[in-house]
Amino acid sequence: MKKLLWLTLIPLVLSGCGTTSGTPAAVEDRTSGSSGATTGASTATASSTTTGSGAETTGLQGAGVSGSALDGKALDGSGGSFSGDARKNPASPLSKRSIFFDYDSFVVKDEYRSVLEAHAGYLLAKRDAKVIVQGNTDERGSREYNLALGQKRAEAVRKALAVLGVGDAQLEAVSFGEEKLRNEAETDDAHAENRRADVVYADE
Amino acid sequence: MMRTLYSPLFWLVACLVSLPAQAAMEIQVFGGAANKIAVAMVPFQTAVGQPAPALTQIAGDDLARSGQFKLVDASGAEQPIDPSQVHYNVWRAKGADAMVVGQVIALPGGRFDVRFRLLDVVKQTQLAGFSYNIASGQWRATAHQIADVIYEKLTGEKGAFGSRIAYVQKQGRRYELRVADADGQNPRTVVRSNESVISPSFSPDGRRLAYVSFEDKKPVVYVQSLADGSRRKVAAFKGSNSAPAWSPDGARLAVVLTRDEASQIYLINADGSGLTRLTQGGNLDTEPVFSPDGQHLYFSSDRGGSPQVYRVSVNGGEAKRITFDGGYNVSPALSPDGKLLAYISRDGGRFRVALQDLSNGQTRVLTDSARDESPSFSPNGQSVLYATVQGGRGVLGTVSLDGRTRARLSESGIDAREPDWGP
Repeated sequence: MKKLLWLTLIPLVLSGCGTTSGTPAAVEDRTSGSSGATTGASTATASSTTTGSGAETTGLQGAGVSGSALDGKALDGSGGSFSGDARKNPASPLSKRSIFFDYDSFVVKDEYRSVLEAHAGYLLAKRDAKVIVQGNTDERGSREYNLALGQKRAEAVRKALAVLGVGDAQLEAVSFGEEKLRNEAETDDAHAENRRADVVYADE
Repeated sequence: MMRTLYSPLFWLVACLVSLPAQAAMEIQVFGGAANKIAVAMVPFQTAVGQPAPALTQIAGDDLARSGQFKLVDASGAEQPIDPSQVHYNVWRAKGADAMVVGQVIALPGGRFDVRFRLLDVVKQTQLAGFSYNIASGQWRATAHQIADVIYEKLTGEKGAFGSRIAYVQKQGRRYELRVADADGQNPRTVVRSNESVISPSFSPDGRRLAYVSFEDKKPVVYVQSLADGSRRKVAAFKGSNSAPAWSPDGARLAVVLTRDEASQIYLINADGSGLTRLTQGGNLDTEPVFSPDGQHLYFSSDRGGSPQVYRVSVNGGEAKRITFDGGYNVSPALSPDGKLLAYISRDGGRFRVALQDLSNGQTRVLTDSARDESPSFSPNGQSVLYATVQGGRGVLGTVSLDGRTRARLSESGIDAREPDWGP
C-alpha cells in the first residue's frame, strides 16, 4: 500500500516542482553571417568531465516499482588524489580539456597546440591511459544531425593527437552533439562555449 | 493497513488525485472549418466512483485534435442516454451531424459497464453501439477506444487515438524516457538516467523501444523490452552509435556508426548480430528511416554541401536527392503508406515541419513555430507528432496534414523532446 502511495505521489511532486531553465526563444540563422561570432570563450575552463552515470529501466507491466537493474555501469571517480594527478594540476596544460571551434568549423585552431602536445605527451608516457574525445555543438537544429557534426570536431582532435604519435588504441572520438551544452543561453557567446571538443580520460 | 489509511500522506495523495486535471489540452485551429464533421459529445450519465475528466471530454479532445471534427456544444441541452430519448431536431438545430450518447454503470467488484451509441443526426439512425466492461484503471483507454470507433465510422479511416507515443523528459539534470497515450497523458517512465537519452523508436509491433543513451560517456544504441524493462546494447562500437530505425518486419535496425570513418549508415540485426555497411564515402550520413515496403532508406546527408534528405536502396548503390528547397532539410519521416515525407526545414533561421508529396515533389510547411524537431506520423498517417520550444521549454505537438489544426500535448511544467509515435 505504501509503495503504491509513493508511486502515485512521486510524479505529482515532480510535476509540481518542475523548474525550467528558461532560455529566450530567439533563433539565429546559421547562414546569416554570424561566422565572425565570438570564439573567445576562455580556454582556461577547468576540467569539465562527466559525473556519475548509469541508467535504470522500468517495465510497463506490474507496479513498476522495481525497475530491473541493468548493465549500466556506475563510473566512480576512482578517487585519484588531487595533488598527485598531473592532469588535474591547474598549472599544467593537461588540466585544459576543451578545444573550442569557430562557427560551422571543424578545424583545430593553432592556439590549442600546447594543450594537445601536453595530452599527447601524457598518453605517450602512459600507454595504458585512454582518452575519449567528446565532440559538441550548439543546440540549433536536429539532435541527430548535430551528433554527426559533433563527431567531426571530435575526429579533428583525435587526428591531431594521432599526428603527435598517440596510438589508435588509446584514442576514441565520440560525439555528444547538443546533449552536453555548457551554456544554455541563446547568445553568440553561449553558442561559442558549446562548439567544442572535450578531452575525457577513461579512468576519471 | 488501517494505519496507512489514516496517515497524513494518504490524505495528501487523496486530495491531489481528486483535483481536476490541470493539463488542459491546447488545440489551435487555423483557417476555415471547411469539411469538419460536427459531433455533439453528450456527457455520459455517470456512476459513483468515476474519475474526472469524463470519457466524453477525453474522446472529444481526441477528435478535435485530429482536425477533422468540430465539437458541438452539448451543455444546457437534454442528456439522453438512449436513442429513444433523443430529439434529433434539437441537435440538428445546434449544427450537429452526429452525436454520441452513453452511460456508465457501476458493477460489483469495482468494475464499470460503459455503453455508448454513435447516432447520425441527419438520418436519425444509429451508426455504432458498444458496451465495455472495464476495470477502474481503464478509463483513458476506453475513451480513446470510443474516439477510434467514432473516427473510423465517420471518416472511413482507422483511428489512432489508442496508440502510444515515446518521448524524453528532462528535469534538471535527470532524463526520463517515457511512454504515454497518444494524447500525452498517462505517462510511464521506462528509463531514468543522469545522461541524455535521444532518438527513441518503437519497433513495428510496439513491444520494444530502440534508443540512444549517453550513460557510458558516448552514444550507444539500446533495444529495450517494454514488457519487463530488460535491454541489450545493439550497437556499442568504437566511436558514436546513434539514430536507430526499425525495418518494417522488426528484424533489423538501421544505425549510424563512426567506427570506420565519418557518420555512416549500417544495417544490423535487432540482436546486435550481422552488421553490414550501407553508405560509403566519407560524407556525413545520418537519421535513416525505412520505407514501409522495406526496400529503401531515407536519410539526411551533407554530401551535396548542405544538409538534405536522400533516398538509397537497402542494397546500397547511388543515393537520390529528395529535398531541394532551402539549405537545411533534415530528420525525414515517412507516412505509413510511403507517399508522404515529413521533415524539418530551416527557412530564415526558423526550423519548421514540412511535408512533401513524394509522387510530385510538392512541398508545404505545416507549422509556424521556430524550433521544431523530430517529426513522426501517427499510425493512420493523418497527423504528425513533433517537438518544439514554447516559452523556453520543450513541448510536444501534433499537426494535421493540412497544417490547420495544431495541438500541444505536453502538460505544463515539463521539458519534453524527441517524440516518436508508435503503434
